[in-house]
Amino acid sequence: MPKVVISGSTCRAFTGGVSELEVTADTVGRMVRELDQRFPGLGHHVAEFMAVAIDGVIFQDAYSEKLPEHAEIVLIPKIGAG
Amino acid sequence: MTYIGNKSDLRVVGTRPDRPDGVDKVTGRAIYGADFRLAGQLVGRILRSPHAHAKIIKIDTSKARALPGVKAVMTAQDMPNITSEESFVGEGPTNFRDQSLNVMARDKVLYEGHAVAAVAAMSPSIAEAALALIEVTYEVLPHVIDVEEAMAPGAPILDETLFTAGVDPKPTTPSNIAKKIILKSGDIDAGFAKADIIAEGRYVTAAVHQAYIEPHACVATIGADGQATVYASSQGHFMIRAFCAKLLGMEISNIRVIPLEIGGGFGGKTIVYLEPVALTLSKMAGKPVKLVMTREEVFRASGPTSGAVVEVKMGAMKDGTIVAAQAVLKYQAGAFPGSPVQPGLMCAFAMYDIPNVHLTGYDVISNRAKVAAYRAPGAPISSYAAEQVVDDLARQLGMDAITIREKNAAKAGTKTVYGVTFPEIGYEAVLAAAKSHAHWKAPLGKNQGRGIATGFWFNIGGESSASVFVNEDGSVSVVSGSPDIGGSRASMAMMAAEVLGIPVANVRPIIGDTASIGFTNVTGGSRVTYATGMATVQATEKVIEQLKQRAAMIWDISPDAVDWKDGQAVPAGANAGGFDPLSLAAIAAKAGKTGGPIGSEVSVNAQGAGPGFGAHICDVEVDRETGQTTILRYTAIQDVGRAIHPSYVEGQIQGGAVQGIGWALNEEYIYDAKGKMDNAGFLDYRVPVASDLPMIEAVLVEVPNTRHPFGVRGVGEVPIVPPMAAIGNAVRDAIGIRMHSLPMSPPKVRKALDSGQG
Repeated sequence: MPKVVISGSTCRAFTGGVSELEVTADTVGRMVRELDQRFPGLGHHVAEFMAVAIDGVIFQDAYSEKLPEHAEIVLIPKIGAG
Repeated sequence: MTYIGNKSDLRVVGTRPDRPDGVDKVTGRAIYGADFRLAGQLVGRILRSPHAHAKIIKIDTSKARALPGVKAVMTAQDMPNITSEESFVGEGPTNFRDQSLNVMARDKVLYEGHAVAAVAAMSPSIAEAALALIEVTYEVLPHVIDVEEAMAPGAPILDETLFTAGVDPKPTTPSNIAKKIILKSGDIDAGFAKADIIAEGRYVTAAVHQAYIEPHACVATIGADGQATVYASSQGHFMIRAFCAKLLGMEISNIRVIPLEIGGGFGGKTIVYLEPVALTLSKMAGKPVKLVMTREEVFRASGPTSGAVVEVKMGAMKDGTIVAAQAVLKYQAGAFPGSPVQPGLMCAFAMYDIPNVHLTGYDVISNRAKVAAYRAPGAPISSYAAEQVVDDLARQLGMDAITIREKNAAKAGTKTVYGVTFPEIGYEAVLAAAKSHAHWKAPLGKNQGRGIATGFWFNIGGESSASVFVNEDGSVSVVSGSPDIGGSRASMAMMAAEVLGIPVANVRPIIGDTASIGFTNVTGGSRVTYATGMATVQATEKVIEQLKQRAAMIWDISPDAVDWKDGQAVPAGANAGGFDPLSLAAIAAKAGKTGGPIGSEVSVNAQGAGPGFGAHICDVEVDRETGQTTILRYTAIQDVGRAIHPSYVEGQIQGGAVQGIGWALNEEYIYDAKGKMDNAGFLDYRVPVASDLPMIEAVLVEVPNTRHPFGVRGVGEVPIVPPMAAIGNAVRDAIGIRMHSLPMSPPKVRKALDSGQG
């Protein structure tokens, strides 16, 4: 199953300090819903303010993106810039 | 489809055609925000706070309203009172309540220059007379400007409802520290215990402005039916539409924003200041209203980037392996939360593979204008400190400054402190290019020094739209939703021409307004050539499919039997028939008979923008009598993926380097004891000019990003990350003293030479 890594303190506040977990979801959108079911409020926070890195490649607002079976998914703040 | 292949196969991409907007810009025909006018427009002016921090007790506008020629007077009471709502609009997280209060103060003014009222009148003199007639009663409050003073117990509190986020347990008393962020990996104590040497330093940076030449400007008009049009220069007309709708309680469909030419943004035009005010005044007056900031207003009321205090400590083994890195970042946010401390943390050590890292960041409000994005927001500040500490490690070890970076370089597979494992990246290629460049080994003279520093930025993709259509004569129009700041029109035209196999002169690129093209995110984050380029390429490919179908119809054969080659339809093989090629013009001429106009629009949410890395080498000479630092030679090396128009790419790199040079040597916000900015003009806020600088040599390293059809990576952010540390390292090399604060202005350097401490 894909592994979700939560490196920032903001998201860990939703998980009670849990920094790694496995998910059954196979897309980013399903992962967001699963996270929200397991940690109420986290899904909304991820949807609005976080990007995901899937095996090192950063995706923002990409619900349809597939999560490979053994992928490492890292939640990071959305990146803006100038 | 990918076109990365062999670079020599490309006919248009990688060449340097004349820019499509060049003639208009050099002849003055281009229409910028301040140039635009509508018949019957009124002149808008904004009254701003003379105090750094004060309660608004009362605003009496009666005398201004009574002045002949005044058509509207507004305060925050004429705008919706927005409740706190966080979102991600423009170029970063934002709170709509804060945005509204920044546009027009309601109960308190939080910085000198904060807007408190606005007027629309028949002439500039009437508008200014009206401002003088508005009576504002303030209760002046103690203010705080400095970031560490704002964090200290007992500091004047700007927002009694603000409690530090990221702290457990949740604080019970309000604070100017909006957020505390911690990022860590490994075991920092064990890492330092393993280190043979330690280097550390406390560095201070000043708030600096993006210093775009064109001031903020707009014309807004709204009819009795509620249909509004805004003409404005910005980094994103869809962003203006979104903010105006939210801040004014309007439907998005009732607002059309038409982009005008933009005279520089660098991140500072990714939010709104004037447009909601102009719309409100226009609604009240029933006429178009034009607002243009003065230069003073630009400095006092539009966002600079953060000033900061950064403390860095790093440990290395005798062989140069860096085993521990720690930093504390304290960033000014201005009057409302939202400094770029988060990316500052993420970028500080991103160039290196370090097993033990601990980063702490503070987002701190104070009585300054709210900060706005500025190229690679946050990264130049943290890198300025970190890259000088890396230099100190190399000095302690007697190691070449590039060699220590090579030894610790991030590469594919390196895990960053924020958890992401890097894919294929070009940092090692950049270092190799720097090491082999003649500049690195060139001799230096007396009082001269050389420094190098490197930098990282994520780059982004995001939502973009583009349409491509074939005109009746076979020429091609490309419409995108991205305001052109860094040459995107040229890049879009070139990519479309390359895919079509036609000369770029046959392609006319324009920017569509919010009603004529699909949603497009702001021009920022080095995303446009990547994301909008992706949309353009895909739209062009769809056009080619249509062209092949039309050719098949003309030849009465199957579309599968038609190829597109060198800008023409050709039979796919001998069995397809012996037809002469059909040119784009020939197919376009028969478009009406073969199905109608030929064109396609594509919208994408581009993902996987490749990270960028750069290395800057700088030579300086320090005048020991005056303390003045002169840049003698400057080389900027960067992985750009694939340069579509190399001149524009070089220009981005040169521009970033020059802005960094200004940040390093001259630029700073200076406040007096009352919290008022002392140098709100280009006479006293000194940006580098051509005569201050040598030619900046830009070296393009091309490691294509395989997720883009042509291998593009963003280029506009990275080049402002290394300059301050590169110059700091060069000054250290020249005078033997490490300078610890920016700008390294002549008085500071002179003082350091006298005292022996920087």
